[in-house]
Amino acid sequence: MNQNASTAGTKPAKDAKPEAMQTLELTDNEATVGQCFTDKPKMSMRNVNVFYEDKQAIHDVSVDIAKNEVIAMIGPSGCGKSTFLRSLNRMNDTVDGCRVEGKICMDGEDLYAPKLDVVELRARVGIVFQKPNPFPKSIYDNVAYGPKLHGLADSRVDLDEIVEKSLRKASLWDEVKERLHQAGTGLSGGQQQRLYIARAIAVSPEMILMDEPCSALDPIATAKIEELIEELSENFTIAIVTHSMQQAARVSHRTAYFHLGRLIEVNPTEQVFTMPAHRLTEAYITGRFG
Amino acid sequence: MDKMKFENHYMKQFDEELEEIRTRLMEMGGKVEQQLQNAIRAVSDADSKLAEEVIKEEKFVDEMEVDIDEACILIIARRQPAASDLRLVMMVTKAVNDLERIGDEAKKIANHAVILAGESKTSEGYTEVRHLGQSVVSMLSNALDAFARFDVDAAMRTIEEDKQIDLDYKTALRELVTYMMEDPRSISRAINILWVVRSLERIGDHAKNLCEQIVFVVKGKDIRHQ
Repeated sequence: MNQNASTAGTKPAKDAKPEAMQTLELTDNEATVGQCFTDKPKMSMRNVNVFYEDKQAIHDVSVDIAKNEVIAMIGPSGCGKSTFLRSLNRMNDTVDGCRVEGKICMDGEDLYAPKLDVVELRARVGIVFQKPNPFPKSIYDNVAYGPKLHGLADSRVDLDEIVEKSLRKASLWDEVKERLHQAGTGLSGGQQQRLYIARAIAVSPEMILMDEPCSALDPIATAKIEELIEELSENFTIAIVTHSMQQAARVSHRTAYFHLGRLIEVNPTEQVFTMPAHRLTEAYITGRFG
Repeated sequence: MDKMKFENHYMKQFDEELEEIRTRLMEMGGKVEQQLQNAIRAVSDADSKLAEEVIKEEKFVDEMEVDIDEACILIIARRQPAASDLRLVMMVTKAVNDLERIGDEAKKIANHAVILAGESKTSEGYTEVRHLGQSVVSMLSNALDAFARFDVDAAMRTIEEDKQIDLDYKTALRELVTYMMEDPRSISRAINILWVVRSLERIGDHAKNLCEQIVFVVKGKDIRHQ
């Protein structure tokens, strides 16, 4: 018997812990690891840089989002994930001093082309924010507003149909069908968030961006939204920014990890949460730095 | 060399909880290793008193299994571990099961030691038990050592040891069959010895499982059944 190797009754070796700890700093030339690209992307981003005045918030991000995919973007606060998400439907245009460089295309069409109609783009790429913010109108009008604006309904019957379909897709119809003409602001937080999603769906988007859609909701309302995300992915492509890693693990197909404005890793979600490829992703998802 | 690299969590308590299950698993490993050594000695020295002790102490190993499992469940519920933490917790839940099974096998060996001690004091079969026993104890010890250091290379080397143990087991079986053929009066005794070497071979398999789990924790690779 190997006496030296005997471990009877001993505690783990002290030297097991700090053995050659890798530094958690990021070097400038470090490339994104993992599966960033797909054959037929719905949306493709290449060498995207985003600046607020002189400050660079996003550094050289290249990634594809596949059709009907749910991609989750995670990372510590201030890592640029929301900035990146908002550049996908040009919400950043409304921020003074914000500049986006690089290429962002949807189905091959450059979303930053000068002639592109931004209002139409935001219908094609809807966005749901952290806090539901219904218009001070009825539930019906909240959903009908977009289709009316974009001329998607020829008649009242068409509009009714769009409203019902959107509310059904947002799993809200059964809860509100008897009170469509009551104020949207009277709904609970979770219901308001689903109303918000119904509003985004009503204009037949191709893609839905979600910026921490559940952070203001309780666990049951969150579960409903998460279930909805899975259903919606049958028809839409979804990019979701979330602070909840469990949520990213539950709802997404791929997960992208951002750190200090850089895209560190993109990989299938099951891999990211069991065997991340990058040490920074590992450190973040195991709670080793914030 | 592939080894696990640890850094501290932001939640210190989480670090302590993970450290706790590692430590307790090592303690359980140490206890099981001792049980195995005593069981083998009880057979080869025809020491029924020592065998009784092994049988009696098996319940402590069972208790350790339940305690560590409970600690792992609490960690999962409280911390929702991910990546290497998740792999570690899953590994520990599987490893305690293997260690508990090793404890069971040691108890079985001790049971046979009691029977053998009551029989005639011939030395037939003891050489096989001692030889295989030494290899198995060494393998278990190496497996626990690889776990203590999260050392994949050591784990892989230890996995290889199981092949030799399987060969030695087959040789022991052949020799026992020869004893039985040569002297039918030794059949009852040889069968008892046969159960002992069978248990030792099973312990080798459990030690191999432990090593496979070490590879899973460190590298995220599932090498079972390969």
